[in-house]
Amino acid sequence: MQPFTAHTGIAVPLLKDDINTDQIAPVQSVRNLKPDYKALLFMRARRRDDGSEDPHFVLNRPQFRQPGILVTGHNFGAGSSREAAVWGMLANDIRVIVARSFADIYRENCLQNGLLPIALATPDAEAFEQRVVAANGSAPFKVDLRTQRISGPGGGDIAFELPPADRMRLLEGLDDIGLTLKHADEIARWERQMAAAQPWLQTACDRRG
Amino acid sequence: MAQTLFDKIWDAHLVARRADGRDLVYIDRHVLHELHAPHAFEQLDKQQRPVRRPDLTFSMQDHTVATRPGRDDTTNPSGAAFLKAMREGSRRNGIRLFDIDDPEQGISHVVAPELGMVLPGATHAVPDSHASTVGGLGALAFGCGTSELAHILATQVMALWRPKRMRIRLGGRLGPHVTAKDVALRLIGDLGVAGARGYAVEYAGAAVRAMAIESRMTLCNLNIEMGGRSGFVAPDESTFSWIAGRPYAPQGAMWDAALAHWRTLASEGDAPFDRDHDLDCSGLEPQITWGTDPSQVLGISGRIPDPSAAEPGRRATIESALAYMGLAPGMTLAGLKVDRVFIGSCTNSRLPDLAAAAEVVRGRRVADGVVALVVPGSTTVKREAEAAGLDRVFRDAGFFWGESGCSMCAGGNGDRGEPGERCVSTTNRNFEHRQGPKVRTHLVSPATAAATAVMGRIADVRRLIAGQV
Repeated sequence: MQPFTAHTGIAVPLLKDDINTDQIAPVQSVRNLKPDYKALLFMRARRRDDGSEDPHFVLNRPQFRQPGILVTGHNFGAGSSREAAVWGMLANDIRVIVARSFADIYRENCLQNGLLPIALATPDAEAFEQRVVAANGSAPFKVDLRTQRISGPGGGDIAFELPPADRMRLLEGLDDIGLTLKHADEIARWERQMAAAQPWLQTACDRRG
Repeated sequence: MAQTLFDKIWDAHLVARRADGRDLVYIDRHVLHELHAPHAFEQLDKQQRPVRRPDLTFSMQDHTVATRPGRDDTTNPSGAAFLKAMREGSRRNGIRLFDIDDPEQGISHVVAPELGMVLPGATHAVPDSHASTVGGLGALAFGCGTSELAHILATQVMALWRPKRMRIRLGGRLGPHVTAKDVALRLIGDLGVAGARGYAVEYAGAAVRAMAIESRMTLCNLNIEMGGRSGFVAPDESTFSWIAGRPYAPQGAMWDAALAHWRTLASEGDAPFDRDHDLDCSGLEPQITWGTDPSQVLGISGRIPDPSAAEPGRRATIESALAYMGLAPGMTLAGLKVDRVFIGSCTNSRLPDLAAAAEVVRGRRVADGVVALVVPGSTTVKREAEAAGLDRVFRDAGFFWGESGCSMCAGGNGDRGEPGERCVSTTNRNFEHRQGPKVRTHLVSPATAAATAVMGRIADVRRLIAGQV
């Protein structure tokens, strides 16, 4: 996984709650095994009925064409577990999402892909959102995971929290499977114990013969 | 200290605490589907990592399969690559695949329980947000993304933060034609789409105990629609007899030992929950969603809320939902003309769901101008329904009777509505454009869907059965 240390980019305000993965990456857009992840991000909101670009959608506005940070509301990423909803962000160079809160599976999918999910509480969230709206894409914000600070136009640094373990995994770009495989012996021991104690859990065969 | 059932299952499956503080939780059964697994197979190939326990892993073809009779890989052209990659990846890794033509093919959340792969007190994972459907049998199930899927294939564990514990107590007794679907929708309405985020939810109470196992699965299926990490019902004697004799369930002496253990699987009387929520199910009406997320729901006789009366922060959301749905404040939904009715999905496609719908449809016809579809949740359900003559009831009434799969739930197989259509659906998400561009989805129970199909208008199934309409 690509390590995350710091990211500087244009912050895009998409200030709504409960944005779901059907909006972020519609399932109908995943028509083959290697879809255009860049194009599928917010595909429906980006286009009008006749297929042309909707100039009003925030990511279509000239100042937000090269986004780096997405700023949004509560419960971002609700719905399906499809990881395309994270891959679409990365394909558009969005490596940070600052939300009021995240849906659980979406947040995990972010961590798995080196995308930094920052949950800001009020009043910091309100202040940051106002600054992002005021900046209107004229100057970038910088998110530094080493110092856990957001800096940029319109005010002083804003501190953010992330569980130390998640922070370390992102900073070092740790291989999640590799981390777990350090415990391979314990996994094998658990399996042996369970095969004796609850053997029905360790066998899953069709008993019709 | 007294333990909840969640704590018992979690602790029994806790293999180790990883260096980063996450718990490594062993996964007893891992069920894959073709929309997400191919990417994980490819990732493992690149990393040259083997699948640790192919014998505890099963592959299903469900999301992209066509439902038209006589289907094959080419019937839904955009599914072909997924089906092929799933076939090859499963074979390469020694995983049993339930392919498109398998007599036991179907939606993963329907097939795994009906074959006895899901057991009380077991952990279960599916790369799909509706994984906790199987919590209806007392299993602790987790949905996950593609990277986590690869992680489970390689390690047979998930690296998780321990969720908090919520108990939802469902009291009282459900009225006629009021179902687990209606209860779940009401709960989502009361708690909100993020109301259970961070929690493993235990559903308890007299109304749950009275529910058939399939209904408990419907209840647990919708747990994710309020953001829950997992949802389950403690097993009881009806669970055990439901599982007994299923092909992958233990037998003989192993069954006896399992049964003795399963009978210990309950939350202890004074075990602490982080949160409690109560709902009295007596007097609950059939529910129907009016908006564009499952929490925007009301009773069939209720009126659509007025955004100007809502708190300022919610106004724009309600207005935008009403605009998309083509509805106005103060309206009732009953009586509204519909274009399409869909009965199916992991939420409501098991045999009792189809039987409840058929009971309403029997002797009636689908109203003119309505396209009505029934898609059984598995090929086994389809066969059993046909043996009971349910397919004839539906077909004689003018329903399409399809081959099993996820179908119109998310339209991943090309089944979808036409722009602007109003669709009454037994699925789980009424998100904008989910069932097709500009399709307006109302979530309901199978009984309400069936009543609506024959009336051609959103209907109160109780009044239809009572001859009041």
